[in-house]
Amino acid sequence: MAQAEGGYYVPHGSNWPIIGSVGLTALVVGIALYLEGIGAGPYVLAAGVLITAWMVVGWFGDVVREGVKGLYSDQVDRSLRWGMIWFIFSEIMFFAAFFGALFYARALSVPWLSGEDPATSRLLWDSMVLSWPTAGPGMADLEWKPMGPWPLPTINTLILLTSGMTLTIAHHALKEGHRGKLIAYMWATVALGTIFIAFQSYEYYHAYVDLNLRLDTGIYGSTFFMLTGFHGMHVLIGTIMLLVITLRCMKGHFRPESHFGFEATAWYWHFVDVVWLGLYIFVYIL
Amino acid sequence: MRKMTARRGLGLAGLIVGLMSVVSPAAADLGLINMTRGVTESSRQIYDLHMTIFLITVVIGVLVFGAMFYSIYRHRKSRGVKPAKFHHSTAVEIVWTVIPLGILVAMAVPATQTLIELDDTSDAEMTVKVTGYQWFWGYEYMDEDVQFLSRLDVDSDRARQLGSGVQPASVDNYLQNVDKRLVVPVDTKIRFQITAADVIHSWWVPDLGWKKDAIPGFVNEAWTRIDEPGIYRGRCAELCGRDHGFMPIVVEAVEKDEFEEWLAGQRGGDAAAATASSNEQSEVSDQLASR
Amino acid sequence: MTATTQDHAHHEAEPTGLKRWLVTTNHKDIGSMYLLFSLAMFLVGGAMALVIRAELFQPGLQVVDPYFFNQMTTMHALVMIFGAVMPAFTGLANWMIPLMVGAPDMALPRMNNWSFWLLPFGFAILLSTLFMPGGGPAGGWTMYPPLMLQTGTAFPFVIFAIHVLGISSIMGSINVIATILNMRAPGMTLMKMPLFVWTWLITAYLMIAVMPVLAGAITMLLTDQYFGTTFFSAAGGGDPVLYQHIFWFFGHPEVYILILPAFGIISTIIPTFARKPLFGYSSMVYATASIAFLSFIVWAHHMFTVGMPVAGVLFFMYATMLIAVPTGVKVFNWVATMWRGAMTFETPMLFALAFVFLFTIGGFSGLMLAIAPADFQYHDTYFVVAHFHYVLVTGAVFAILAAAYYWLPKWTGHMYNERLGQWHFWLSVIFVNVLFFPQHFLGLAGMPRRIPDYSVQFADWNMISSIGGFGFGFAQLIFVYLLWQCIRGGQKAEARAWEGAEGLEWEVPSPAPHHTFDTPPVIR
Ligand code: HEA
Ligand code: HEA
Ligand code: CUA
Ligand SMILES: [Cu+2]
Repeated sequence: MAQAEGGYYVPHGSNWPIIGSVGLTALVVGIALYLEGIGAGPYVLAAGVLITAWMVVGWFGDVVREGVKGLYSDQVDRSLRWGMIWFIFSEIMFFAAFFGALFYARALSVPWLSGEDPATSRLLWDSMVLSWPTAGPGMADLEWKPMGPWPLPTINTLILLTSGMTLTIAHHALKEGHRGKLIAYMWATVALGTIFIAFQSYEYYHAYVDLNLRLDTGIYGSTFFMLTGFHGMHVLIGTIMLLVITLRCMKGHFRPESHFGFEATAWYWHFVDVVWLGLYIFVYIL
Repeated sequence: MRKMTARRGLGLAGLIVGLMSVVSPAAADLGLINMTRGVTESSRQIYDLHMTIFLITVVIGVLVFGAMFYSIYRHRKSRGVKPAKFHHSTAVEIVWTVIPLGILVAMAVPATQTLIELDDTSDAEMTVKVTGYQWFWGYEYMDEDVQFLSRLDVDSDRARQLGSGVQPASVDNYLQNVDKRLVVPVDTKIRFQITAADVIHSWWVPDLGWKKDAIPGFVNEAWTRIDEPGIYRGRCAELCGRDHGFMPIVVEAVEKDEFEEWLAGQRGGDAAAATASSNEQSEVSDQLASR
Repeated sequence: MTATTQDHAHHEAEPTGLKRWLVTTNHKDIGSMYLLFSLAMFLVGGAMALVIRAELFQPGLQVVDPYFFNQMTTMHALVMIFGAVMPAFTGLANWMIPLMVGAPDMALPRMNNWSFWLLPFGFAILLSTLFMPGGGPAGGWTMYPPLMLQTGTAFPFVIFAIHVLGISSIMGSINVIATILNMRAPGMTLMKMPLFVWTWLITAYLMIAVMPVLAGAITMLLTDQYFGTTFFSAAGGGDPVLYQHIFWFFGHPEVYILILPAFGIISTIIPTFARKPLFGYSSMVYATASIAFLSFIVWAHHMFTVGMPVAGVLFFMYATMLIAVPTGVKVFNWVATMWRGAMTFETPMLFALAFVFLFTIGGFSGLMLAIAPADFQYHDTYFVVAHFHYVLVTGAVFAILAAAYYWLPKWTGHMYNERLGQWHFWLSVIFVNVLFFPQHFLGLAGMPRRIPDYSVQFADWNMISSIGGFGFGFAQLIFVYLLWQCIRGGQKAEARAWEGAEGLEWEVPSPAPHHTFDTPPVIR
């Protein structure tokens, strides 16, 4: 637990957190106003997005500069690692809530509504028998189709798995000092992430237009879109992170023995990958 | 000085206890401090369970707090004691892990039995469907073509308005009276099918020993068998909005033949009347609800 | 072992005035801000409680409209839990953990600042909803749908405010974990850490695990309201009870988040004033971990009446009862620590002793609630209200007060006024029982919670309870005064302010200098 020379780096004052608070507040207030149909909403929201983006860029900019200057001892590096690990854990728990909703609906509420023990709930719904996938007893007249695993989701699974591999290859290249290979594989990873998002967008389009499967298509639509949607958002964020890291690789920010920014992004990307595997199994296949 | 403040603390306690006895005028009502034993086999089982756990915790409490206060009294620096140095003892720690565990197992056995009995709604002789609305109850005697709504009685409703000037004590059964009671026979296993039309409510009559949530879109089951004729009062027990506090339940248990008579008088017609009056009243509550 | 106290090697000119507080990365500054914020929220939440108690003083509606009453109940709980107790613990963590483990600061100082500064913003949003058309949230702090979906304009603001508070808690917890895992001085092994640090490590873990789940639950509420999802609507194949499961998966660990750091505080204070080492250090650690583990598998004891399959009810009943075992271990260890010690009874110790006594009473009523068939009677009555105020007020809040008295000399450099402290304690402990003990009777006699008006048989005990409430509130004003006095001046505190105090925090001067442990101390 020895401290590196120069002690633990404690930055003296930073404007970013308070700017972040203002930005985040404007952001959420903007959304809330918008949802309630109050005119100022979109403007407040836009201001919030801008301020928050400014904060993110500025804050990470500071961190990058300090890192490049070598202010971060090994101990600081470990703090950052713990921070990232626990952040990812919190994200996993966020997804767990939605997976929990999916399992509950499939294992409990839908069977109950369609007459399993306690059989009485079915009385309310004109003896309807339901089975997954379903939009629920109140939407029996709705015409819609569920989203199967083939072909797009399966292709997307392969894309994400491949991107995990290309990223790992890039990581090895970085550790071994092969700059060209590193940058090539990083771009490949970014490209794969982008393709995934493109396919996913097309899948949504297909769902809405061809399948009449929408966010409000009962519990199936709710769980389908919320799970894949939040995952998609994470892919988008991950891809942006990868892009930034790629650019930093090109600028030569990382050294073979010290490249936490790279690793944190890689962890995040693997986490997004694993969540997708869960989705693929529980949302698409089973 | 420290002793001084301790004594002053005690004095203060005395003062406050004195104050309390002055402000509580109807000492008789202070007897209302425990769970009712109720009027069904299950409610008595639950009461016994409640008293058993309560007494167990009292005994444990006396032991633990006894040791603590003894220590506070004896092992104080002002008595000139020297602190001991011990800081663990595996044997003791095992003992006080295992004994509570044993006590818990002993408690779990009767609790499990009672629970399983309460859950068994089979072989019911009649079924009543209960529906919670904001903010009244609907009752339907299944297969009998009898159904009606049951709301807070007019007197209570008038008295309860903010600044009504009516003394609650002057109203007969303030907030626990309804315009139309749920009438049921004694010595009959009655199944309840409980649901709700808008938000979650909870149907609770303490004398029957349980409450059950009324959940929109789902039906919950429960049962009772009442021993004694009488009027049993209960209330909605799940926050359901503005007038959650104002949707009481009154169950009137009568002899079986009396019940049959009553039921016969209810068949047909009445339901329409109930719905009509409900529309009228819900307009009033709509106005109140528009905040 | 000496601790260096000079300023940092690399530093720019530190800003002064308001700016200093806005941009600070110093754990002591941030800790102080957390603590003061928490006190302010305690007064706000307490004022709301007094509105509740005023309305319940007599049967009949005298003071507020029922809908406003429900807003007060809801807000009171949200403010107390997310605004008073959690930030108070985080403030204590900020101040004390680096001092206790010999670290120069928290692991992630800038993020630390952000964790704090999200709070005032989050609460500004939350409290502003009271003034919106349709009023604030009135569905209870548990926010069950479909009722919660009847909220007016306030609805999305409440949801997002809780999101913001959640982000703040998660970041705060990440910081605590990183600090504990990575910033300990050489030789400070895990099993040498002070118990306060241990309990916070586990609390932080709980928070990171469950705050996101709450975020998920309320996000589903939001989409059910605005985007047509049907998570909580039977017509769409969902279930209102699903919300309750997700909420309580958060909510039950949450109540241990509100008590584990308190256990740590009590385990620090009792040995100090008993002048004897804590009994059973390692069993305390294991007990804390067991409580945390069990807290994940008991959530549905809040839902015994929703109509779960009986096997589920049995499982949750057994699991809940088990929690009494590790908690009992803690209580017994505290008593064994007092046993054959040489006790003195300064204010921190008094609050700690009251904690042991009164928290245990709250635990006993908790155990009664855990017995599912009996809970069919207790549920949603004032018996539950009595239970949780015993564990929250005479539990969590008393522990926070004990901690404040205990460490005030270290924070301010002055001893507080002991006479006033004793007054504060005795008035608090008496009135709090006048306030909450009768609520057990009310609940058993059949008074539901969350009602603005009641039938007349409940009148007497309610009146007594309300008197207790106002008395208890008044007693807290003494504390506010004492605090003000202590910050401004008073008898100079020594580095080791208490005769029996152990731990690194007592090795540095009082008040603790702005920067401590620039070079880590060595622990043998
Ligand atoms: C700090 C917060 C805190 C703590 C520590 C606890 C601790 C416990 N709680 Fe409590 N609880 C709440 C806060 C807390 N609770 C809140 C806020 C609610 C209401 C939420 C709402 O609805 O709004 C609630 C509600 C609540 C319910 C739901 C009631 C209902 O709505 O119907 C239940 C039911 O099981 C319960 C049980 C318990 C148990 C078994 C413990 C145990 O941890 C207690 C263990 C302690 C002891 C038992 C005492 C010491 C032990 C011994 C001396 C050993 C020997 C003892 C024996 C063998 C008996 N609690
Ligand atoms: C940590 C959490 C916490 C704390 C500290 C408290 C503290 C108090 N609570 Fe608590 N309470 C909850 C958490 C908490 N509560 C929760 C979770 C609920 C459930 C909500 C729900 O159902 O959704 C609840 C519900 C609740 C109810 C039930 C409401 C209902 O069901 O309708 C009541 C009623 O008496 C009550 C009273 C009090 C009182 C009198 C205090 C006192 O301890 C407060 C003391 C503090 C002060 C009084 C402030 C200090 C002084 C001033 C501001 C100056 C002015 C004072 C005077 C002029 C005298 N609370
Ligand atoms: Cu209906 Cu409360
Ligand atoms: Cu709980």
